[in-house]
Amino acid sequence: MSEQDVDKSRRRFLTAATTVVGAIGAGVVAVPFVGSMVPSARALSAGASVEVDISKLEPGRRLVVEWRKQPVWVLHRTQQNLDDLAKLEDKLADTESNSSKQPAYAKNKHRAIKPEYLVVIGICTHLGCSPQYRPEVGNVDFDSGWLGGFFCACHGSKFDLAGRVYAGVPAPTNLVIPPYMYINNDKVVLIGEDGGVV
Amino acid sequence: MTTKTQALMNWVDARFPMTKMWDDHMAKYYAPKNFNFWYFFGSLALLVLVLQIVTGIFLTMNYKPDATLAFASVEYIMRDVNYGWLIRYMHSTGAAAFFVIIYLHMYRGLMYGSFKQPRELIWLFGMLIYLALMAEAFLGYLLPWGQMSYWGAQVIVNLFAAVPWVGEELSVWIRGDYVVSDATLNRFFAFHVIAVPFILVGLVVAHIIALHEVGSNNPDGVEIKKTKGADGIPLDGIPFHPYYSVKDIVGVVVFLMFFSAVLFFAPELGGWFLEKENFIPADPLKTPEHIVPLWYFTPYYAILRAIPPIWESQFPGVIAMGMAIVFLFFLPWLDRHPVRSMRYREPIFKVNMFIFIVSFIVLGWLGTQPSTGILS
Repeated sequence: MSEQDVDKSRRRFLTAATTVVGAIGAGVVAVPFVGSMVPSARALSAGASVEVDISKLEPGRRLVVEWRKQPVWVLHRTQQNLDDLAKLEDKLADTESNSSKQPAYAKNKHRAIKPEYLVVIGICTHLGCSPQYRPEVGNVDFDSGWLGGFFCACHGSKFDLAGRVYAGVPAPTNLVIPPYMYINNDKVVLIGEDGGVV
Repeated sequence: MTTKTQALMNWVDARFPMTKMWDDHMAKYYAPKNFNFWYFFGSLALLVLVLQIVTGIFLTMNYKPDATLAFASVEYIMRDVNYGWLIRYMHSTGAAAFFVIIYLHMYRGLMYGSFKQPRELIWLFGMLIYLALMAEAFLGYLLPWGQMSYWGAQVIVNLFAAVPWVGEELSVWIRGDYVVSDATLNRFFAFHVIAVPFILVGLVVAHIIALHEVGSNNPDGVEIKKTKGADGIPLDGIPFHPYYSVKDIVGVVVFLMFFSAVLFFAPELGGWFLEKENFIPADPLKTPEHIVPLWYFTPYYAILRAIPPIWESQFPGVIAMGMAIVFLFFLPWLDRHPVRSMRYREPIFKVNMFIFIVSFIVLGWLGTQPSTGILS
């Protein structure tokens, strides 16, 4: 067959069609492989709620519990702590928690259902370190007028005792408040469930 | 050569280009005769790659990629496996040595303009090798499942979460869970022992093939292929084997002296090669007081930390850090000066090269320091 007998456009069409079909096939084959990397059914079901007895938690003390393999802090704030929150407002980046994550019932100035108890996920919103609880007041190594809060030593982010982020630190938003509710005459906090409010 | 061996060689050569490959890449590959000590680092990198692969294979014989077993299995290798301590220290020291060598190798390329036309592809393959190497080091660092492994991985995976819109899903997909967990350890193991090494070896082959296609640069930046003798061989070239293969053995001996000194006398190098915090098993509830990446990542880490959030997103810091690497990819098109070697460049070029070293060291040092506010 000589060169001029070749139907070039037909040949181009067949090449293109084969390429397209092949590419679609490769894309479809990639689905199970990519999909196998998302959390498995077992990992998804491991997010059960956790009960925390707070009846013996003294004012000024903090409990660390594990929920979905993450640290959740339950902090019993003193009246002094609650009064201090208002003094910090001009130093904070998101005082009203408008860009932060929390259930609707915790979107208030204390970021809590009951002002005394803060329930918050102890993971920095910057890059996921767990900040330290620094309840001391006064001149600390990272702040001269510290009124108590949380300090992330990884990258220097600061949060007040309502988990609200200071302005000018690496973390962009306030600490995340998980869904939670009080049960057993308010003696126990159930973390991970809130009776369907969210 | 006896006729029988010659006959065997001929039999093979008729079926596989063995002699041709030997000639193309060793015996008849002509390299400039003015190489200095900076030219040791290419072959040394190859040596360390082999060392890492061999020690890595033997480590996998006793290591267990399971969140409940990993930490103990590494201690088992260190205490109970015959020569386990030696193999593991070779692997950990080799990882650090790899970065020392690669950084010097890349700096050599900058000094003598080895990235310039016609060697752009060698540079690009090299940059991809550097990326693969960083991935390999990061993935491998999770495997001992110590505190620094865990929180280091947590921070780096969260860099992906900073990507606008899809970041959260992306980081969950990478981890296979909502936090760094057994699923993450298991897949990092898979990437570390097969996927990335496979890519790495492929890229190294491409890097060398591209180099041998265009020929090596040299400290004077002259093109030896321009002046060839009557036999078609560059007048300023000498065969790689035996001239440079023998010279490289000297480099290997000197390297092994330094390597053995660290390996036998200071394998942790005061926390620079193996961090103290990593001798504590991973605890998802408690971040160490002061987390630092290993020294070869600290310059990037310092850049990341220095950028404050903009529009309530930490993405700009991640971008700034990423750009520090991405810019290097474009180097052949950014520096278009016809003179290759810094020996014949204007003084400002030498000043810039010096500032680059200072920046690297100062940023690297800052990356190891605790973070403080701008004003406090």
